[in-house]
Amino acid sequence: MKCDIILAGVGGQGILSIAATIGLAAVEQNLFLKQAEVHGMSQRGGDVQSHLRLSDREIFSDLIPHGGADLIISVEPMEALRYLPWLSDSGWLVTNSVPFVNISDYPEVGEVVAELGRAGNTIVLDADSIARDLGSARSGNMVILGAASSFISMPFKALEDAVRKMFGRKGEEMVEVNLKALRAGRDAAAAR
Amino acid sequence: MHKLLLLGDEAIAQAALDAGLSGMYAYPGTPSTEIMEYIQASPQAAEGGVRREWSSNEKTAMESALGMSYAGRRAMVAMKHVGLNVAADAFINSAVTGVNGGLVVVSADDPSMHSSQNEQDSRFYGRFAMVPVMEPRNQQEAYDMIFDAFALSEKYRLPVLFRITTRLAHSRSAVTLREKIAQNGVSLPSNPRQFVLLPAIARKQYRALTSVYEKLRTDEVIDGFNSLRAGNGRGTGVITCGIAYNYLMENIIDSQADYHVLSVGAYPVNREKVAALVERCDRVLVLEEGYPIIEEQLRGLLDRDVTVLGRLDGTVPRDGELNPSIVARALGLKAGQGREVPSLVRQRPPSFCKGCGHADLYQALSEVMAEIGPGRVFSDIGCYTLGALPPYNMVNSCVDMGASVTMAAGAADAGLFPAVAVIGDSTFTHSGMTGLLDAVIKNSPITLIISDNSTTGMTGGQKSQATDRLESICLGLGVDPDHLKVIVPLKKNHEENKAVISTELNYHGISVILARRECIQTASRNKKAEAAEKNKSRE
Repeated sequence: MKCDIILAGVGGQGILSIAATIGLAAVEQNLFLKQAEVHGMSQRGGDVQSHLRLSDREIFSDLIPHGGADLIISVEPMEALRYLPWLSDSGWLVTNSVPFVNISDYPEVGEVVAELGRAGNTIVLDADSIARDLGSARSGNMVILGAASSFISMPFKALEDAVRKMFGRKGEEMVEVNLKALRAGRDAAAAR
Repeated sequence: MHKLLLLGDEAIAQAALDAGLSGMYAYPGTPSTEIMEYIQASPQAAEGGVRREWSSNEKTAMESALGMSYAGRRAMVAMKHVGLNVAADAFINSAVTGVNGGLVVVSADDPSMHSSQNEQDSRFYGRFAMVPVMEPRNQQEAYDMIFDAFALSEKYRLPVLFRITTRLAHSRSAVTLREKIAQNGVSLPSNPRQFVLLPAIARKQYRALTSVYEKLRTDEVIDGFNSLRAGNGRGTGVITCGIAYNYLMENIIDSQADYHVLSVGAYPVNREKVAALVERCDRVLVLEEGYPIIEEQLRGLLDRDVTVLGRLDGTVPRDGELNPSIVARALGLKAGQGREVPSLVRQRPPSFCKGCGHADLYQALSEVMAEIGPGRVFSDIGCYTLGALPPYNMVNSCVDMGASVTMAAGAADAGLFPAVAVIGDSTFTHSGMTGLLDAVIKNSPITLIISDNSTTGMTGGQKSQATDRLESICLGLGVDPDHLKVIVPLKKNHEENKAVISTELNYHGISVILARRECIQTASRNKKAEAAEKNKSRE
C-alpha cells in the first residue's frame, strides 16, 4: 500500500493542520510516513504545498515524483491546479471552491472551476459554506479532509481519532466541531 | 523505545538534548530555525538547564558555542547556510584551536533558494576548515548521527560540521529515540595554549590539523556512514551525497542489482572506497544536493581518468535542488509525468500580511520618494524586502544582513543624495549597528529607517535582540538626538509620517527613523496566548 498526497493552499490557510491530522492517524496505523512542508518566505501569503507520503514499506524520497500523487487535497481552487504535474492519471483531486484572492491578476473564478472540471477525477465543494452552516467557519480544512477521506488508505475512524487527539488540548467543544466538519465533508463528497 | 514524529530540524534538536547538550546557540534563518525553537520549547532542556537564548548573529552564536566547548561542555550552534558566512571567521579558526567539549555546527543549506539569496553548499566550508562533515540521509539518521558527531568532535578535538538541506530540515518522519547521555561537567582544556592562536602556536596547530584531516578519511565512524553496495556486472556506478540517496532509491528500489552505489553520509571520503566503485564500472553518475563537490574531485583538474556524469556535464541540472524526477532522467529512466499546469494558474508571490506595519511604512516612503526619484532605497533581509515587489517596487538592494546601511553610506559617499536604508530591528542588531557607526564617523548623509516590528518576523516571530533598545543603541553610536525620530506606521498617521520622512531625507547628515509597530502575526498570537492565560486563571 502507498498513498502519496499533495496538500495545497496559500500561506496562512493552515494546510499543515490537515497534514498533522493525517500524520497522527498514520502513526497510529503503524504506517511509514514522510511529510515535507514549506516554511519561510512563502508562508507570507504565497503558494504553499506539502508532500505527504504514506506506505506500508520504507519511504525514501521526501518528495513525490511527478505523475505519482494519488491525491491532491487543496483548500483553494487555483492552487489545486498548480500541482497537476504531480497527479497520477488515476489520482483524485479534492478541493475547496472558494478562491483566496490576494493577487491582482487572479483568474475568473468560473474559468478556474471549468478547468477543475477538465482535470479528471475531481471533487469540488464549498467547504467554507459547509463549515459556516455547522456554526464553525474556521473548520473548513476539516471539511476538505473529510471530503478526501475515502481516497486516503486508512479507516475513517483513524482520522476521527486523530482529530480528537489534535484538538483535545483545546477542549471538547473544539473536538466536536471539527469531528462534525470532518463527517460533513465526507457526506458531501459521498453525495456526488 | 520512544518514537516521535519529527522534522529533520527537530530530530537534530532532540538528539542534541539526548546526547548531553549544555548550550544551544543560533540566529533564526530558514531552514534552520526550528532547531532552536524546539530546544527552547523542550521541558527536557529546561530541566537540564540547557542554555538556549537566541544570539545577535551567527558569529556571536558560534563564538559562544566555542566558549562553552572551551569550558568542557557540549555545545551546538545552528544557522542557515549564509549564516555560516557571518560565522566563518570563528568557524574556520575553531578548527585550528580545536575544541574541548564536543562542538557541532549545524548549517542548513537551501538549494533552489526557497527562502534565500543564494544556494551555497556548506560542505565547501567543511573542506576549507578541514573538519569532519556529516550529511544525514533521513530524519532517523539525523537523530542518530548527532551522537556520533559529538563523539567525533571530542575524539579529534575538532568542531564537526553537520550539513542538512531544506527537504530534510522541513520534512517530518518517525524517529526512535535512544538512551540519554548525561551532560559533561565543566573542565578546562588540558593544553592552556590551545585557544591562543598567536602565530607560533597557530602554525603548530595548523600543521597538526592538516595531518589529522587526512586521518579522518579512514576513521571508522566517518567511513561507516559511507556504504558501498556492489551490483551485478559492470553496471552503472552512482555516488550519492546525503538525501540524494533517497531520490536514487525512489527510482531503483526494484532494480538495485543493476547499479553499484556509494552512498556518502560523512566527509572526508575514504579514497579506497571511491576507487572500489570506479573499478567496477565504466561510468559514474554523481548525485549531490548542492554544488558538484565530489563530482569535481572525481573529475580532477584533467577530467580524463574516469567517465563522470553529473552537474558539470549537464546530466543533472547545474543548479537547484534534486527530486525523484530529475534523478530518473539522470539515470536514463522514464520520469513520471503528470498533466501540465493550466495556463490560467497565476504566480502567487509572498506578500505583506493584511495590516502589516511595513506596508504602511512603504506606502508613506513611496509617496515621498516619488517626488525625489528612483534608485535610492537600499534594503535588507527580512519581510520588508517584499517592498521590492508590486505595488511598492521600492527596494533597490537586498544583499546580506546589514548591507542596507553600509551600501546606502557608500552610495552617499559617491554623491547620491538622499540615500535611504530600510532595515528591520533584528537585522539591525544582527549586522547593522557597526555600519551605522561607520556612517556616523564619516558623517555620510543617509536616512536610516529601522522598521521595528519588535520581532524576527520572516522566520516566524522569534525574540528580537533590538526590542526596547533601539533608541539607546542609536544614540550611543553617536546619532544626533534631533535626528532620531519615532513614527508609528498606521494609516491614520500617514500624512504626519510622510512629513517626518521628507524632512529627514532633506537633512544633510545622519537621520534615523524608527518606524515602530508590532508584527501583526506576533501581536495576534500574543493576544490569543493572553486570552488563554486568562481563561486558565479563571478555571
